[in-house]
Amino acid sequence: MDWQTLILSLKLAVLTMLVLLPIGIIISRVLAYQNFSGRNLLLILIVLPLVLPPTVLGFYLLHAFSEQAWLGQWYHELTGHRLIFTFDGLLFASILFNLPFAVIPMHRAFAGISPDIREAAWCCGLNGLRTFWRIELPLAWPGIAAALILVFAHTLGEFGVVLMIGGNIPGETRTAAIAIYDYLQVLNDTAAGKLSALLLLLAFTSIVLINFLNRRMGGNGYHDSL
Amino acid sequence: MTASEYLYVNLQQQAPIPLAAEFTCSKNELIVLVGPSGSGKTTLLRSIAGLHHVKEAIVKIDNETWCDHSTNCNLPTQQRRTGFVFQHYALFPHFTVAENVGIAMQDKNKASISHEVSRILSLVNLEGFEQRYPAQLSGGQQQRVALARALARNPKLLLLDEPFSAVDLVTRRKLRRELVKIRQQLDIPIIFVTHDLDEAYMLADRLFIIHEGQLLQSGQADEVISRPVNAKVARLIDQNNIFSAKVKTHNMDKGLTLLHWKETELECALDERFIPGETVDWLVPSEGVILHRVDRPSRGERENPVEGIIDECISLGENTQIIIRLSGLAGKISFAVPTHVARRNNLTEEKAIRVSLLANAIHLMKAIDSK
Repeated sequence: MDWQTLILSLKLAVLTMLVLLPIGIIISRVLAYQNFSGRNLLLILIVLPLVLPPTVLGFYLLHAFSEQAWLGQWYHELTGHRLIFTFDGLLFASILFNLPFAVIPMHRAFAGISPDIREAAWCCGLNGLRTFWRIELPLAWPGIAAALILVFAHTLGEFGVVLMIGGNIPGETRTAAIAIYDYLQVLNDTAAGKLSALLLLLAFTSIVLINFLNRRMGGNGYHDSL
Repeated sequence: MTASEYLYVNLQQQAPIPLAAEFTCSKNELIVLVGPSGSGKTTLLRSIAGLHHVKEAIVKIDNETWCDHSTNCNLPTQQRRTGFVFQHYALFPHFTVAENVGIAMQDKNKASISHEVSRILSLVNLEGFEQRYPAQLSGGQQQRVALARALARNPKLLLLDEPFSAVDLVTRRKLRRELVKIRQQLDIPIIFVTHDLDEAYMLADRLFIIHEGQLLQSGQADEVISRPVNAKVARLIDQNNIFSAKVKTHNMDKGLTLLHWKETELECALDERFIPGETVDWLVPSEGVILHRVDRPSRGERENPVEGIIDECISLGENTQIIIRLSGLAGKISFAVPTHVARRNNLTEEKAIRVSLLANAIHLMKAIDSK
């Protein structure tokens, strides 16, 4: 078993999940509760990676991450690292292409909380932060957890963007999905099969968990009473 | 601020939702806001609680100013001590009953929260339900939890937004009785929103009629219901027999005002607010219309007799609702008679009958353009 690529994939997936947890919550709450001009444009931009071919997204990111572009230059000045063909670049790209997978389920979860519930919390004297912590977060949690699992599973399986931004550097950017492709190129069916089976198992478990959480959101009694 | 002005509310705005309401309320008073759906009742309540921003708003209570546009004062909902019961309760579904009530007591320590929760739950007859979740309660029990939660913060004002609309009729009656009992133990004003006139009549110390965000009339419930200020209010309180007429003359000796209605002359109780020649709207409530019995004529039949053909005759259990087309007069009058009377008089559709409009029941109102 190619543990190095698997550990790299898991590291990338977990870090993407952790970064997208607060970002996803902030964006989805803004989309669910605020009415502002440009709201629809923001929603379109967030959903865009979902329909964009990964190679197109990879192409633009490649240009944005290069040291000639302001983003790549800024990051290099800040950290001394490059974004292209590095794990950092891979993480950046992963956060961007996973944004819709985080925001859409979280937005659904926050928007599903009745406005009366939040207003009732204010009438009970709870300020915005306490309303979020005591009321919104527990009620939206199944949706947030489902979003995180989706991000985790999607990061493990992403191929196109990863290949274009990270290339195929063992221990740095060679993820499990890339490794499977590599093994097939050199006709190593056994290694490709083992990694594929493991990714299949992880994907299946993720779907089962998401399904369970969705049912919890939709039918555990307390969301029914909203 | 006097005792009768414990609460002062003045809300004025044109858009997005028009509001024009100014009133005061004493400490133990229960005000019922009545109006059709979309009339602005809930918006008015939400504005007092700070859940809806009104451009020109003044809300003062017990020498505290919650908002005053002239001084840019506008306390957030959290700082306005209001107990709010939402139409669909808005209980926190992930909290138990005790937690739902206790969360409104965050300024107290744990021991006193537990003690207070028990006290308030016993006030609303919910002892023993502390550990249940809202989904495990009936509609009536959920409503009680919502009321308990609203009272938990020791509010200065209790706001109830159609609190009984989501429960069945039997539970509704029970909850009304309970509210009447509970309010005797409270020392705060209550503003109660409903579109149920019976409910309003039963609960209100003062009744407010609201339409399109405008406070049209306020007063004692029986006063508002029997003496609406104009035809608009009359229609809102479900009066159907509303007509226009001209004041003919006042007869001081007999204590009567004579009206010229179509080709008929009507007598009604003396009302000198209107001058002879003035056009007025008038109404006669259903109970002011008396059926002439063929088998037993009486002296009362001389009082404003009118003839008509029965247009509708619908039995509604104990009473039968009758609508007659008036002969020679464009218009219809509706009234109710006990069903046994309708049967004895063989009242059926298209039958010609005579009724009297009781002079003392006729109420004159200032004419308005919109009918």
